[in-house]
This record gives sequence, C-alpha cells and structure tokens, in this order.
Amino acid sequence: MNDRAITRKQSQACGLCCTKLESFGVTIGKTEILRDINLHIHCGELTALVGPNGAGKTTLLKAIIGEVPHSGTVRFLDIKNCHTRKPLVGYVPQKLEFDPGAPISVLDLFSAGLSARPIFLGHSSRQREHASAILSVVQAEHLLERRLGDLSGGELQRVLLALALEPCPDLLLMDEPVSGVDAHGRELFYNIVSDLRQRYDLSIILVSHDLVMVARHADRVVFIDRTLQCVGTPQEVFSCDNIKRAYGFVYQQNIEGKDSSFEYKIKGVGA
Amino acid sequence: MESWYFIIDKLLPFAWTHHIFMKNALLAVLLVGPMFGIMGTMVVNNKMAFYSDTIGHSALTGIAIGILLGFQDPLWIMVVFSILLAVAISLLKYYTTASTDTVIGAVSATMVALGIVILSRGGGFAKFSRFLIGDILSITPREIYLLIIAFAAMVLLWTAMFNKFLLLSVNPTLARSRGIRVRLVETLFCIVIAVIVTISIQWVGILIINSFLILPAAAARNISINIRNYHVISVSITLISGITGLLLSYYWSSATGATIALVAAALYLITLLLKPRFA
Repeated sequence: MNDRAITRKQSQACGLCCTKLESFGVTIGKTEILRDINLHIHCGELTALVGPNGAGKTTLLKAIIGEVPHSGTVRFLDIKNCHTRKPLVGYVPQKLEFDPGAPISVLDLFSAGLSARPIFLGHSSRQREHASAILSVVQAEHLLERRLGDLSGGELQRVLLALALEPCPDLLLMDEPVSGVDAHGRELFYNIVSDLRQRYDLSIILVSHDLVMVARHADRVVFIDRTLQCVGTPQEVFSCDNIKRAYGFVYQQNIEGKDSSFEYKIKGVGA
Repeated sequence: MESWYFIIDKLLPFAWTHHIFMKNALLAVLLVGPMFGIMGTMVVNNKMAFYSDTIGHSALTGIAIGILLGFQDPLWIMVVFSILLAVAISLLKYYTTASTDTVIGAVSATMVALGIVILSRGGGFAKFSRFLIGDILSITPREIYLLIIAFAAMVLLWTAMFNKFLLLSVNPTLARSRGIRVRLVETLFCIVIAVIVTISIQWVGILIINSFLILPAAAARNISINIRNYHVISVSITLISGITGLLLSYYWSSATGATIALVAAALYLITLLLKPRFA
C-alpha cells in the first residue's frame, strides 16, 4: 500500500470527527421518499445502510451528494479545525451502466476526475504517476492502461473506489458497490474498505443487501425504510423486529451461522 | 481567403481545384469535419445519437419560423430555435417520467410535422429541399468565416469542459460527487450540439447530418483504446471521408454531403472488421 498516495491521512483514526444528518428528508414531487432521518456517523466507522428495495437508500446517498434536493442539514464536524462545514464526499456507484466498448482507459478516468487539462491531449507523466499511486491503495495499479469495459466487475469497483479516495473525502458513500461481483472480488473489496477505515480519517456509508458481509465488517448498521427503523451494532439491528419482517428469518439464521458461501437470492431482496 | 486560394493553387494544382467553389468547399469540409469528429465522440459516449438527429430534423421548423417572420436568411432564427429546443428537451427529461427516448421521439415527430406544414403551405416545399440534401459547394467566404468562429469557440469550450463532459458520461452521480454541476453541464453540452448542427445544416443536409456526427466516432470507437486515440482516429476519419467524398461527388456530380457520409460508412465497416484485434 502506498501511503503517500492519499493527500490527507491521519496517523490514527481519532473517532472524534463526524458527519451529522439532522431532520434529513427528501420529497420528490408529491411523494415523500425519506423523512426525519437523524444520523451521527463517526470517522473511522463503517456504517452499513440496509433496507428493502424502494426504501430510499440510493436516494439518501444522492441527496447527501446534492443530486437530489433535500430538507434538513448534513454537516461535517472537523475536529482539527473545530468547525463544521459541508463534508467532502467520495462516491462509489453501483455497477456502471456504460457501453463496454467505450474507449475510456482507467488513466483517462483518473485524469478527467483529478485535473482540468483536457484528456484528449493525453496525460502528463505526473498524472500517470499520481493515478498509479492512488490505484496501488486498492491493489489495482496494473489496471492503469486498461479500458474500463475490459475490467472485471470487482476490478472496476476497486478503480472507482480509488477515484473516490482522491482527494481524501470526509465521507465515503458506496451504493451496493459489489452487487454482482464474484465472492473473491467481494471479499477483496470489503477487506480493502475495512482497512481504509482504520488507516484514514473518514466515515463510510455502505449500502448493501449482503448481510453476511455487513455482519462481518460493519461497525454499525442503519436499517431504513422511508425513515430510520433500527440503528445499532449488527447484532442489535439484526434482532430488530422490523428487519426480520423485511428480510425474513432466513437471513437471521445465516448471519448467526456466518456462512459467507451462502448466496442470497430471496424474493424481494434483489440488487 | 486569398491566401487559402494561393496555398491550394500551389499545393494541389489539379483540375478540380481550379474552381473557386471547390476551394471554398474543401476549406468548409476541413472545418466541419473535425468539428463533428470531436463532438461526435462525446455524442456517442452519451448515447445521444437520437438527440442530435432530432435537432437536425427540427431545423425544418426553425427554417419555417424564420420564413414566417420574414427573414431571407433564416440562420439566426434557426440557431435561436435550436437553443430553445435543446433547453426544452433537457427540461422535459427532468420533469417527465417518460423515458428520454420517448420524450425526444415525441419532440422530433412534432417538429418535423410542424415544419413541413408551415413550409408546404401553398405547395412551395420544393424550394426548401436544398436544406434536406445540403449544398456545400455553394458556401460563400462569409459563411466560411462563421464556421471558423464556430470551430474556434468549440475548441475553446472543449478545452475547458471536456473532462467534465467525460465524467458526466461515465456516471452523473459520480460527476456530482466531484463537484460538477451536472444539469448545467449537460444542458450546455446539448446547446453546443444544437448550435453546431444547426449552423452546418445547410451545407450538410438535414437527412444526413447525423451520419457526420455518428459514423466517424462509431468507427473510431471500434479501434481505439483510450480517449486520445479515440479523438485522433475520429478526426482522421472525418478528414479522409470529407476529402474523398468531396472529390468523388465532383466527378460523379452527386450530392457532396451524402457522398462523404457514404465514404465514412465504408470506413466504419472496415473498422468493424478490424475490431476483434482491438477488443
């Protein structure tokens, strides 16, 4: 791992800085999608956001990013400077929907995201080194010259994760980053994310349906369905009545058994 | 323009370059081609082929409105109309739940019908058919200056905005998370396409303008592995097909725009065959 790659890194996660959502809500047209969300997300914590389809998980992320208008506030409390501000957000999308034949290389994507120099003119050697250094954090430096469409699902998500980490965000948002990725790719991705949270001063919100991975890696679980239903440690949330109703008790058994080889395909809980 | 004529006489002392109109047309092809080659790469990335086609077809209504308002040369009315249309389409996309395809299809059909109704009143449609096929051989030096200005403006804008356009084409939410004002950039992109398509339309023709935009980029896409060579190849294809098409149309006495489009289509087929080597 290359420590120099990330511009803002703390020596150890203090757990004191945090991101706060206060009376957060989203209404589109006449439909209330989310209401009254109050959340306190600490740095160095991996918070998993779970809930049934249509619960508003993706909308919550989009509202935090600012793509969807919202009510209430989102603030970041920076412990070093003792003030609050809008958090710098990194985002890892769900499976990208793009033409796999698109001639966009990983380096193109990074240069487009990190510099103003138009990439049809090519890349400077500094850009190349920089991108390679960031990619090494997610063990993907060998993918630099590859086309996005030629990457496997897991590789592409690691590349997108690396891009989201530069510049180092206060809040890292991931929307089902590894749905549809094979078991090995998922495991690698979660291990990298788990490691990041300990090494860098950032809070992570991860949307996932993969409750086994959530149970294994998340520090906190937030179960939402239009509004907050349960918040707490994985054990606390998974014993909450609402989640049993939403996901069925099959999940419960698997989480207790921690059987990661089990594939989740339960009616109503797709990607 | 005199220096351009002088250069052509020195460099290309052939029969076809004796004509002033061929010298003008050659310069126009060298301007329109790269402009469409560069813009087309992003249109194809964004899957906006249908949008640019609609803008082209809607030029009919732009012409009709210009004529109704009593303008001899409806170009400026057409440009203003295309900008309004671009903004209207981007607004419709956000405020209706219908798919983009349906929205654009509905707009396209309405605009073509409206244009034809207005222009065909009293049976006078035939005199507008030059807009359908386009006539690059009739371009005047003044109109070439306009193309030069458009070209320069586009290059400046592309230099400033290209990276934003690219991130947006990969994923809008990702672009937003990196501080890009997605709707503004998207609308700007739609407007640029609308303006450039509209000012080129009388030289290229409503029926084939989209092939200028799509074919070179689609061909380049088959054989390129990154953004830089995507652009280099796309522009090269527009130049090769532009010059070859212009010459062929001179010797065949065929419509120039369509001949260029056919050459581009042939190049597209060749790259399609080469594609497996680059996949």
